[in-house]
Amino acid sequence: MDAPRETFYDVIRRQGISRRSFVKFCSLTAASLGLGASGATTVANALETKPRIPVIWMHGLECTCCSESFIRSAHPLVKDVVLSMISLDYDDTIMAAAGHQADAILQETRQKHKGQYILAVEGNPPLNENGMYCIDGGRPFVEKLVEMADDSLAVIAWGACASWGCVQAAKPNPTQAVPIDKVIRNKPIIKVPGCPPIAEVMTGVVGYVVTFGRLPELDRQGRPKMFYSQRIHDKCYRRPHFDAGQFVEEWDDEGARKGYCLYKMGCKGPTTYNACSTTRWNGGVSFPIQSGHGCIGCSEDGFWDKGSFYDRLTNISAFGIEANADQIGMVAAGTVAAGLAVHAGVTAVRKLSGRDDHHPHA
Amino acid sequence: MAQASGLPGVIDRVDERAPRRQTVYVYQAPVRIWHWTTVLCILVLGVTGYLIGSPPPSLSGEASAHYQMGYIRFAHFAAGYVLAIGFVFRFLWAFVGNKWSRQIFVLPVWDRAWWWGLIYEIKWYLFLVRDPKKYIGHNPAGHASMFALVLMLTFMICTGFAMYGEGAGIESWQYRMFGWVFAIFPNSQDVHTWHHLGMWGIVVFVIGHVYAAVREDILSRQSMISSIVSGERVFRDDFRE
Repeated sequence: MDAPRETFYDVIRRQGISRRSFVKFCSLTAASLGLGASGATTVANALETKPRIPVIWMHGLECTCCSESFIRSAHPLVKDVVLSMISLDYDDTIMAAAGHQADAILQETRQKHKGQYILAVEGNPPLNENGMYCIDGGRPFVEKLVEMADDSLAVIAWGACASWGCVQAAKPNPTQAVPIDKVIRNKPIIKVPGCPPIAEVMTGVVGYVVTFGRLPELDRQGRPKMFYSQRIHDKCYRRPHFDAGQFVEEWDDEGARKGYCLYKMGCKGPTTYNACSTTRWNGGVSFPIQSGHGCIGCSEDGFWDKGSFYDRLTNISAFGIEANADQIGMVAAGTVAAGLAVHAGVTAVRKLSGRDDHHPHA
Repeated sequence: MAQASGLPGVIDRVDERAPRRQTVYVYQAPVRIWHWTTVLCILVLGVTGYLIGSPPPSLSGEASAHYQMGYIRFAHFAAGYVLAIGFVFRFLWAFVGNKWSRQIFVLPVWDRAWWWGLIYEIKWYLFLVRDPKKYIGHNPAGHASMFALVLMLTFMICTGFAMYGEGAGIESWQYRMFGWVFAIFPNSQDVHTWHHLGMWGIVVFVIGHVYAAVREDILSRQSMISSIVSGERVFRDDFRE
């Protein structure tokens, strides 16, 4: 297992890729990361000199949709990422080894590349019953996760599960599933939320870390700024219809056929940070809004617990009732107005009937 | 002595003797300007804010021919800026204005007399006591509701600018100053929801505020509505005590 000592450049030359193609690739990568004119040289230098970074890809409570998305990356092709850019030492879903052999690789990487490998986590650990709801190799997943994180360089949280908790952490969360930053506190964590995240965003994040040997710039919530700093709404191609006041009112109306804004159909685009409206999906073919359905906000914190996918206002459930903010507000304002009307009536009756005759200004 | 109006102590036509009425200059000009500016802003913000959440029926034709949501949002943002700047100004005025200009920012919960006054006001509104008390500034119930408004306006300004910062971009000063809101509500949808609830809180305040002002103006022992126009609090029954 000396493969990780090879550089990316060694590997691709061995695969018969010319120097010319390599430089082209570096320029394209630099351009897509927005690095400016000198970026290509930096990328080339990094890929020529730095040994490939070992990556451990672990799976907790999850549905593997992140892996499914990842393997469909078109720019760069996932084959290039997995076979050339990184050294994917462990990924129990797609690796050839199984059982004790697979577990052995985990321990080997941990000892051999202590403090140098990237831990990519898909899914999250359940904490209830001491983690018994997710057993991996005969041990609770949470133990393995913390152990592997301890010796890692940095951690990547793939998808809504690892970043926010997703469906298994939705109310009432019987297994007490928690996002990984609740159990890993001593390592930098890059959150790449989405259910799943966009393939090109995933490979882009890996590409950045490999190239520069450091994490991309993160926003307040730990997401890479380059992909999560704008809302779907801000870059949506239907935005002009929103500004004009042209909305889809029913799924089968004229507005729907004309591709008007899906705001009234509960589109979560205005509150969702992701790259869908620019990068799109499946190699840039489409994204939900382009296909006529509103955004469901899958890359946002707790998106399962924010009411219907077709309402823009979060439902507030308290005292056994469930209503949105406007319904609650109207009832409150109506009740107060009615109460004050009664109060005014009582005041007037008392005044007119002379019961307040003693009042100072008479 | 002729009492043409039939009111004790008030004399007109014959003897030009001014009625012995106490007048205190309470609401200084900047406070009154702030009050009426805020009234207009709340009106615009409430209507446009509701329309942003629940837009009017869809328009037909070319998108380039309309800018309906654009104008509604512009009015909301412009009024929001005016409200926020006015609010900051009003806060600063508390440091240089008269002693009543500070009242709405401090709730004297440590003061037993204040609590006693609040209970008395509640009794007055429940028709349990004969006469209201006299106050130069806000009575304790009004004081508490104005303090609640200050809190609600602060909340609305913070959440409002946080959401504005989302559109302006994470490099904007709005996001830098108010982005911490998303540390409390990581999902912007929750910020939107609470901003809606805050609007309804202010609507409830306005209903109560207008009702109390009109009622006190008629029934209490001091002027109310004219005071926020002229700034002067007039006591009507000083001769009784």
